[in-house]
Amino acid sequence: MSDLLNKSWPGFLRPDGRKGVRNLVLVIYTVECAQHVAHAIANGEEDVHVIGFPGCYDNAYAIRLMLALARHPNVGAVLSVGLGCEYTQPEKLAETVRASGRPAEWFFIQQSGGTKTSVAKGKELISRLREKIRQETPRVPMTLADLTVGCECGGSDGTSGLAGNPVVGAFFDLLVDAGGNAVFEETVEMIGLREHMLTRAANAGAKQQLAAAYDKAERYCRSVRQWSVSPGNFAGGLTTIEEKSLGAFAKGGTRKIQGVIRVAEQPREPGLWILDSVPDEHFMQFGYTNPNDTEGIMDLISAGSQIVLFVTGRGSVIGSPIAPLVKVTGNSATFRAMQEDMDFDAGRVLSGELTLPQAGRELAEMIVGVARGEASKPEALGHREYFIMYKHQKTPSLAEGCRA
Amino acid sequence: MSSRAFQIQANDNVATLLDDANAGEIEVTGASRDKIHSLEKISRGHKIALREIALNEAVMKFGVRIGHATKTINRGAWVHLHNLASDLDERSGTLDLHSGAPTDTNSAYV
Repeated sequence: MSDLLNKSWPGFLRPDGRKGVRNLVLVIYTVECAQHVAHAIANGEEDVHVIGFPGCYDNAYAIRLMLALARHPNVGAVLSVGLGCEYTQPEKLAETVRASGRPAEWFFIQQSGGTKTSVAKGKELISRLREKIRQETPRVPMTLADLTVGCECGGSDGTSGLAGNPVVGAFFDLLVDAGGNAVFEETVEMIGLREHMLTRAANAGAKQQLAAAYDKAERYCRSVRQWSVSPGNFAGGLTTIEEKSLGAFAKGGTRKIQGVIRVAEQPREPGLWILDSVPDEHFMQFGYTNPNDTEGIMDLISAGSQIVLFVTGRGSVIGSPIAPLVKVTGNSATFRAMQEDMDFDAGRVLSGELTLPQAGRELAEMIVGVARGEASKPEALGHREYFIMYKHQKTPSLAEGCRA
Repeated sequence: MSSRAFQIQANDNVATLLDDANAGEIEVTGASRDKIHSLEKISRGHKIALREIALNEAVMKFGVRIGHATKTINRGAWVHLHNLASDLDERSGTLDLHSGAPTDTNSAYV
């Protein structure tokens, strides 16, 4: 085990002290109207990813989420592109990113000319930004202790709780013991586990945070009459939300939970954390919580995850910008059928080929490989799905965003 | 080779099928080692009752209550949406048994 714990690879040191496993330029659009131009700028460009917010009316949650992604350890520089009418301000995004020491540029399409002119201008800006971070970003040694890894599950079936999630749990135990951060979310998939979850709290403060997050998730589900379980889950053999929750919670491994963070917040100390992405009650009631797997992945990346694990039983073909997504399935038949998309076959635990600790260690080795620069399957396929929407969460300070 | 089912905890009254199974003998592994006669076809990932479960009795998996029986479930029967419901999710009894698709929103597609 010690060889894995000491394994080191060169990372990218950001001016704010954080360490990344990729050196990316991020293009951010601030309204749907600028979406085409933003994607055209990034099209065909190496190490350039895109995110954006479709709304014209701004939203503090969405701005904070974009700023957390813009200042992510894997991001070296940012270009924000607006149309020119919207509330969200690309200039303020760029200013906030610059304050983190990263180079950033911005422009309004309406002030640059039309589509072609704006795309040409954007391409010139990103090529300068990319050159700058390639030349100037210091390389530093990284180990597992420097990693934050998130885990999401989607397309769960009867194998997810038996193999897929427990193998991630075994890896999370190993990562936490190495001094790293492990983050998982989906409190709406902890429904039915209140007492069990509270026994995992590291201290009284964490227990209080977990109870509050659980109670809100249950109020939310009752209020919208939607529990986080879908037709595909049923077809895969899961019958109730309680059953799905038990399987989902297995990804948290066995170590104590340090506390709860919200979207765009970073873990406050090393260890295992739960991310609460459920909206807070608000004048518009709850609104909707994450409507798909991709938004959950965005939230985990906003917590600083340099790599995200995605556990699926039935299969999935999504990826993510900014942080490579590594796909784990507990269903060997799914692994064979979707081998071009699946990174890790955790179903070998069910066939008796591997023990759970062996599989956790093998997954850790794969994560180190990805951190070192090997492309995960979704990353190599060019999957860069993202999703940022309106939501309301009370977070400590709006100064973290740009509407303060 | 007979199909296999995995029992997670000793007090579980259901096990998860590791292979697709027809009616017939199933080998139980995990918390106990046993053989059970499946009464019907059960797909991989789905659950089989390890003993008779009475109406309203807790269905246990992972050693935890995952809902309650909505009718008497015989030993060896498929346990799913037709005989197990969530204690919380009032929608769980309305779903199509085979596809899991909702039936309470059918009118929305008209």
